[in-house]
Amino acid sequence: MSRIEGVLKALKEQGRKALIPYITAGDPHPDQTVSLMHALVSAGADIIELGVPFSDPMADGPVIQLACERALKHGTSLRQVMAMVKEFRKTDPDTPVVLMGYLNPMEAMGYEAFADAAADAGVDGVLTVDLPPEEADQVAPLFADRHLDPIFLLAPTTTDDRIKAISEHSSGYVYYVSIKGVTGSATIDVDEVAKKVAHVHELTALPVGVGFGIRDAETAAAVGRVSDGVIVGSVLVDTIARHQTDPDALRNALTDLLHPMREALDSLAH
Amino acid sequence: MSVKLTEEMLKALPDARGHFGAFGGRFVSETLMDSLMTLEKEYLRLKEDPEFQATFDSDLADYVGRPSPLYFAERLTREAGGAQIWLKREDLNHTGAHKVNNTIGQALLASFLGKKRIIAETGAGQHGVATATVCARLGLECHVFMGAEDVKRQSLNVYRMKLLGATVHAVQSGTKTLKDAMNDAMRDWVANVDDTFYIIGTVAGPHPYPLLVRDFQSVIGREIRKQAMEKVGKLPDALVACVGGGSNAIGMFYPFLADESVELYGVEAGGLGIETGQHAAPLCAGRPGVLHGNRTYLMEDENGQIAGTHSVSAGLDYPGVGPEHAWLKDIGRANYVSVTDDEALDGFRKLTRVEGIMPALETAHAVAYGVKLASTMDKDQMLVINISGRGDKDIHTIAQLDGIEI
Ligand SMILES: Cc1ncc(COP(=O)(O)O)c(C=O)c1O
Repeated sequence: MSRIEGVLKALKEQGRKALIPYITAGDPHPDQTVSLMHALVSAGADIIELGVPFSDPMADGPVIQLACERALKHGTSLRQVMAMVKEFRKTDPDTPVVLMGYLNPMEAMGYEAFADAAADAGVDGVLTVDLPPEEADQVAPLFADRHLDPIFLLAPTTTDDRIKAISEHSSGYVYYVSIKGVTGSATIDVDEVAKKVAHVHELTALPVGVGFGIRDAETAAAVGRVSDGVIVGSVLVDTIARHQTDPDALRNALTDLLHPMREALDSLAH
Repeated sequence: MSVKLTEEMLKALPDARGHFGAFGGRFVSETLMDSLMTLEKEYLRLKEDPEFQATFDSDLADYVGRPSPLYFAERLTREAGGAQIWLKREDLNHTGAHKVNNTIGQALLASFLGKKRIIAETGAGQHGVATATVCARLGLECHVFMGAEDVKRQSLNVYRMKLLGATVHAVQSGTKTLKDAMNDAMRDWVANVDDTFYIIGTVAGPHPYPLLVRDFQSVIGREIRKQAMEKVGKLPDALVACVGGGSNAIGMFYPFLADESVELYGVEAGGLGIETGQHAAPLCAGRPGVLHGNRTYLMEDENGQIAGTHSVSAGLDYPGVGPEHAWLKDIGRANYVSVTDDEALDGFRKLTRVEGIMPALETAHAVAYGVKLASTMDKDQMLVINISGRGDKDIHTIAQLDGIEI
């Protein structure tokens, strides 16, 4: 059983929902990423989605675009991101880490070298925004051999046939994108999301995480009620942007954001 | 290692996943997949639909003014002192460039699909103008994304788009040029996918765009074939076109791919010189990667981050190139070369002074290389340069380089 599967299974048995924060590696500075990852775990994270910065993040709104720019200004490379995960793993052997990014940095490194380095660093899953399963035939066996969970997106526009096909290519969880839009752009219609996620559950046995547009404890709880986990990104990255120069204040601010979400999610567990 | 291409082989490309050999494909976020699959299905149907094709053909004839002339450049030929130089006059199209062939086709597709809102990216502004033009004609809402840097460089075209009723969005992210405009167009599309049709301006992007843009632009090459047979009685020996994303080049080359005797030359922007790194020549100096929905040659750093580009011409200032060109390069069917900013400017001046034709700065790259190439060829050979657009939009840039305020 992969680390991701294990965590999600344990949560399910407890009737709890996963809290999955996203931050961009190297933002605001590569030196801070590992300590921010630990801070996320202390604040209640079950799984961490660690963004790999890319020069042209087409599926992201301005908040994460700017995070990529900050990280790249300090030269954050995919190899460095691996080193960060390795460092994190030294003191946290339990929290799954999912790399989230775009295909080109992976392709530039070479898929096999990437898969080797990811497995060696202790990465658990890989979510490549611009890699639909149709184009994943090169990476799929490399990931499978190294027990890396390929995590794919489902969108409001995804047809039933595709939901089934994509789920067959996925392991760990599937990521339901709650809105039509880029990250950080719109507020979600919770009723609409609830309907869609219930439908996704009918088509796959995999856990379903929901992301895009979750900004506070209230939306986290509303979405947690219908899914297996919530992914929180832009609001955290925005907080990082506002506390770039003060690492202590930043850790506190992230904790202040995540704590209420954790509590709201856990209050569902009855 | 050139491969002899047959009509059969060409018909099979791109394959069902949109691949040209190792290139092309559909690398986009999930939200867009359904739209792209619908577009592919509808396009493949309409491609065979006589009513769609008849409308496209009559629009090209009566609205664009096709066929565009194939003109014998007698003085330029004499100056070059080699092969006969012929010019394919896409600059005479309505709106002044080849771009309109494609926007007519895609706007027609949008109408058949019932989409009322159009978005487009633009570099030089020619594609933006061509899109705004067809939107005005069809009464469609039009949004054009343009890098803030290009908005400055191509102010004439920005104003033309506004006059045509389009909203121009100056893109402030990244390098503020064409690639960033394309990023923002994609972001808009993801958010408005239900009612919006994205008219991509070149043979790049996810499948089926490289296919359908190539098909719409292939009218250029088909006309050259016919005109060359009528005027000279044989096929040309060499074809020369500039390559930004590669739409005017593929439109010119495609109908000749199976004709081994026809040499193909795509001219990329050498900027300040390939050796300086300040250029926009991914086929000459890049390597394969994935950007904007397809696998192709890219300019990138060793970590896979897309590199900044430089060209005096906004329309060539792009770090990628259409996947079919990447394939043609790898199989050795087409040659890809580059000329520098300075050479292109010389080409601009030469064509202006010797033939009374002011080319766009993009086109001037093809002119510069074409003249050089012609001089190495025999007098009984025939070379065609694709004059992809006219130069009015670049007059400010040229004047500035001449130190003149206009
Ligand atoms: C006149 C002209 N030629 C060429 C290009 C380059 O595009 P492509 O390579 O797709 O033909 C442009 C782009 O703006 C253009 O305006």
